Amino acid sequence: MSVLRTSGAERIFRRDAASPVLRDLEAGPSREGTMIVNMGPQHPSTHGVLRLLLELDGEVVVRSKPIIGYLHTGMEKTGETLTYLQGPTNVTRMDYAAPLFNELVFSLATEELLGMEIPPRATWIRMLLCELNRMSSHLLFQATNGMDIGAVSMMLYGWREREEVLRLLEEITGLRMNHNYIRPGGVAADLPDGWEEAVLRVCDTVEPRLEEYDVLLTSQPIWRERLQGVGVISTEECLALGVTGPILRSTGYAWDLRSNMAYLAYEDVDFDVLVGSYGDCFDRYAIRLNEIRESIRMVRQIVEKMPKGDYRTQDKKVTPPPRARIDESMEALIHHFKIFTEGFKVPEGEVYVAVESPRGELGCYLVSDGSSKPMRIHIRAPSFVNLQALPYMMEGALVADAVAIISSVDPIMGEVDR
Amino acid sequence: MRSQLVLHPAKDELAELAAKLEADGYCQCVDLCAVDYLTSPDRLDLPDGIAPQRFEVVAVFITHGINRHSIASSGVTSEVASETTSQGNPSDAATNENSATNTPHRIRVRVQVPEDDPNLPSLTHIYPGTENMEREIYDMFGISFLGNPDLTRILMPDEWQGHPLRRDYAVGQVPVQFKGAPS
Repeated sequence: MSVLRTSGAERIFRRDAASPVLRDLEAGPSREGTMIVNMGPQHPSTHGVLRLLLELDGEVVVRSKPIIGYLHTGMEKTGETLTYLQGPTNVTRMDYAAPLFNELVFSLATEELLGMEIPPRATWIRMLLCELNRMSSHLLFQATNGMDIGAVSMMLYGWREREEVLRLLEEITGLRMNHNYIRPGGVAADLPDGWEEAVLRVCDTVEPRLEEYDVLLTSQPIWRERLQGVGVISTEECLALGVTGPILRSTGYAWDLRSNMAYLAYEDVDFDVLVGSYGDCFDRYAIRLNEIRESIRMVRQIVEKMPKGDYRTQDKKVTPPPRARIDESMEALIHHFKIFTEGFKVPEGEVYVAVESPRGELGCYLVSDGSSKPMRIHIRAPSFVNLQALPYMMEGALVADAVAIISSVDPIMGEVDR
Repeated sequence: MRSQLVLHPAKDELAELAAKLEADGYCQCVDLCAVDYLTSPDRLDLPDGIAPQRFEVVAVFITHGINRHSIASSGVTSEVASETTSQGNPSDAATNENSATNTPHRIRVRVQVPEDDPNLPSLTHIYPGTENMEREIYDMFGISFLGNPDLTRILMPDEWQGHPLRRDYAVGQVPVQFKGAPS
């Protein structure tokens, strides 16, 4: 069975042509014989509460528009009332499939404003946790993507492997999700005893299961037919629309902040930036599957190279005194109390920091007025921007493919709406 | 972390600057957000000649290191924008700019927007990806982007009153504003 698969490379961003975005609902259908229908927000395959307006010509999508905001809880506003130490508990709930990345970007921004260096071990622990989190996030994608397309058994397998990773994260951070583990100044606690074995065990468990996914999905004709040539987008369209992450890479454009604008210690580990060549749903699936392998490769190197030393900065300004000191010193008790009630003050300034989350460029724009709470915290959520590409991918696709296309964008509504 | 080049164009120079950045290889406008400086009107980090206003819109542009020509030769920095780095040292900015045109980097553009005339030209005709970001700023701060094809609320319900991320918009005690809800 062969699938006609054309690359989207020639597709250019048509600024003057009729837009595939259904902006004006009041104006009605764009031509005779089409119908505007609503999809979601409570639809099992819309990944939470994404709502779509679809203009259909029979089974074919002519124009569409994602409508968001159903999960808006004002987290950026809440962030202005929390201290820098409480900040990670807030931002971690944005992208709930990759919470550690949110904590990381917030902590990096705060440290940049403080002008603070963190110990190497803290950097490497952060990197270890982030790559484990990338695995769990991409495994979640494999599960939901399988379910959306009809490979329901894949949902169980993806969830099963993700659970292995989450169990490990629980062992390290205390929680399966919303860890509040990466904090300004370092991480909350050192790695537990025997962490190397636990981490390697998870790698050894997940890696062969990825081979099983290949057997179940990658080489399967139905799977390929559902994904290949569906939801094609080109590099030019991605760049114009601000799209980043696996979607941009699926068009054959090697752009990954970990490699191109390295942060943490990504310069010291070996990994490949994976690109596709067709820019379709299948490439996006394959990139995420193989990025799990790359993450496993990185995790193994990190276990080997993990430096010794402090897991958080010894700067008294942001780090409370050790627990034992509190019993013997009044000053230590006051110091501890001050840090956790008033928080620490951050010098005036503004900063933009970005990391490569499993969904693309995750940025944090932080403005401090010199107090212990941010004056403005803005999170540049990759899903929020990536969703703009939906109408361009969906134009001319079937309604059944629309579900596959939404899935391939892998939006997390928590960070879309914040 | 490397410091980012920061430009401070005037309101009406933003579109021109963005067009020059786009021509210069800044291929994506990665982020667009606004800040309400109501509670701290006296800011020291603005360069001379830039009068602080209540609102500031911040755009972050990225180049992937494949510039067609250097920004220095386009005259952007000398004519339409004064500059400062995050440390506030203009000489740093100049060296930074010359050495970094072929390496991936970001550039931050901060525009002052007055309270009595909260609008800006839209960047959507240059960077189409800013459409939703501009809608978010409009929704949250009430700053209009002239030329945005779909300037409607994006996160809040259509019939919502007020702009939640303004500093004078109180947290809590917000009456339920949804249609049909008992008041």
